[in-house]
Amino acid sequence: MATSQLSKSHSDVILLRPTHGLAALNLGDLWVYRELVLFLTWRDILVRYKQTVLGAAWAVIQPIIQMVVFTLIFSNAAGLTSEGAPYPVFIFTALLPWGLFSKAMNDAGRSLVSNRNMITKIYFPRLTIPVASVLAGLVDFAIGFAVYIFIILYYTISPTSAYSFKFSTSLFALPAFILLALVATLGVSLWFSAMNVIYRDVGHILPFLTQIWFFVTPIGYSSSVVSQKWQIFYALNPLTGVVEGFRWCLLGLHSLPWQLLAVSAGVAIILLVSGLVYFRNMERTFADEI
Amino acid sequence: MTELAIRVENLGKRFRIGSAPERYKTLRDTIVAGVNAPIQRLRRGSSLTSTSKEASTIWALRNISFDVRQGQVLGIVGRNGAGKSTLLKILSRVTEPTEGSAEIHGRVGSLLEVGTGFHPELTGRENIYLNGAILGMKRTEIDRKFDEIVSFSEVEQFIDTPVKRYSSGMYLRLAFAVAAHLEPEILVVDEVLAVGDAEFQRKCIGKMSDVAQAGRTVLFVSHNMSAVLRLTEETLVLDNGQLVYRAPTPQAVDYYMAAGFTGSGERLWRPEEVPTEAAPFTPVAIRLKDKNGKVADTMRSTEQFSVEIEYRLDQSITGLRVGIYLLTMRGEYVFTSFDLDDAQKFEQLGLRQAGRYISRCTIPANTLNEGRYVISVNASSFRIKRYFWDDHALAFSVDATGAPGKHWPEPRMGPLRPALNWVIERL
Repeated sequence: MATSQLSKSHSDVILLRPTHGLAALNLGDLWVYRELVLFLTWRDILVRYKQTVLGAAWAVIQPIIQMVVFTLIFSNAAGLTSEGAPYPVFIFTALLPWGLFSKAMNDAGRSLVSNRNMITKIYFPRLTIPVASVLAGLVDFAIGFAVYIFIILYYTISPTSAYSFKFSTSLFALPAFILLALVATLGVSLWFSAMNVIYRDVGHILPFLTQIWFFVTPIGYSSSVVSQKWQIFYALNPLTGVVEGFRWCLLGLHSLPWQLLAVSAGVAIILLVSGLVYFRNMERTFADEI
Repeated sequence: MTELAIRVENLGKRFRIGSAPERYKTLRDTIVAGVNAPIQRLRRGSSLTSTSKEASTIWALRNISFDVRQGQVLGIVGRNGAGKSTLLKILSRVTEPTEGSAEIHGRVGSLLEVGTGFHPELTGRENIYLNGAILGMKRTEIDRKFDEIVSFSEVEQFIDTPVKRYSSGMYLRLAFAVAAHLEPEILVVDEVLAVGDAEFQRKCIGKMSDVAQAGRTVLFVSHNMSAVLRLTEETLVLDNGQLVYRAPTPQAVDYYMAAGFTGSGERLWRPEEVPTEAAPFTPVAIRLKDKNGKVADTMRSTEQFSVEIEYRLDQSITGLRVGIYLLTMRGEYVFTSFDLDDAQKFEQLGLRQAGRYISRCTIPANTLNEGRYVISVNASSFRIKRYFWDDHALAFSVDATGAPGKHWPEPRMGPLRPALNWVIERL
């Protein structure tokens, strides 16, 4: 009666032994457990707005309020320019990838620790947890993008606004920039989530790191404000490339700053690869240290 | 049936100690510690680099080798801290061994981690899918077993209610139902860690024997010797991280129950025998004293004797109760008793201040039959926390000289030997 069960087991022999040196990245694991990634993503999304009165409306309200506040501060009070686009549109374009990045960095950074009971009790590829946190951020991003479309439509139709949306082929580059945003986000998230297991200081650093990062990213202003000499250092922040890329393909305000973009993309990829290596190497101690 | 299910070779696991006790403190402690922490952390950081690495680590397991055939039901026994749970954690891939290797043929499922990954805000239905995925089931597999899981858990009516509104019994039933439908090739049961009431634990053991009868491999960790005797054929005895004995279960249980006792009527706990989770409770000693107050290993059935537990509280504890379980050598419970069993006393002593204490009780004369007994010690706050538990704290013998019925040289059945007041009436 049990033969069918037993015969199955011959195929999958697992060998457990200590790993030394650099652990294999073994991303195939993530593929085998892809359903778990989706379930965890789905859990993070479901749970986020449970027991709130407004529910998923928060995903709409938050970016709008941010947009209004930043427009008042940066445009009206500080007098920053927006390269010709209406300031709210200008800033919302940047808030889209920034929201994805900052939220995912904060959620994913804490994700391993907040799932410690799973980690200390059951085996599954630990990568699934921060990856799911980042993917869950995509849903808010999609909602924010829908809001963005309405704002663009409003400004295009409104007779009082000089701005109108012009279609250009650069729009097709958007998925590439979303991908770049995800690469940067995941890279940073992997570093912080693994570090947070051992150094809980990360949880304390994240809030103000987010604030500082906000100001060194061209969200309220244009990267052209930064002097030419510093541009290349400025681009070391991968979010600079992402935000400028978003503005280029959605607003078509200026030509694409290739150099800046290349540096940002390079940094993002280095972050992701090094994050993966660090994570995989720390992974073996997670259950003991967390 | 001679196919291998598990092969373990020279397995060892080293833990770092010293960083663990930092957790689970109060906010006040955190603030106080927060001021000192950076300095301490720097010190510790530098001391961990190379030289003192050996000193701040312990081997929870060392040189463990054994193999398990497919379909075998293997018991694992050992005292607290012997390395049983660590072994199971390595075999279920939660943590990596420090040395040696293990070969696992098939999926490992465990009945100890029921409900892991349950999210209180999600409904029963959502949690079944989530928990199933965490345990390694495919979505199609969960779809197929969904109805079965729901009916097994008996929570049909509430399946779309968030589990935070469930009673703890419903929660456990649902969690167990998911775990029980995993159908692993190798099932791991750690009864020591199993939560829930006796009913639930019985369900666990029932499920385990079903699995065993279906020809799958089971590893069963337990402190309950009668369960081990009933359910397993062969048993490993772990002590201090070493595999000290492997034999057919009856022999292994005899070996385990007899081993490691000093026979002095006193047991002092060494600091390394006390787990860090026990804080702020620190057990010091347990002693057996005869009616004259002399510490001894053998007590007379016809005389009263006392059991005293000495311990230290580094902080006050609310609702603390310290007590003993008395067991026979076969692991059957004779009785359980706590120092606050008196309801009035419990009201008065709700908060036990920091300090050194002795909790002492007297076992009346004419209670126990001759034989050898084991005392387990438990210090806990009901429904809050079990601070300390040593299921094998002390063993002692009872001598029945002069006890009722001793003029017939025959063994008396049962662990009790009361002097009952018989009346013989002629009608």
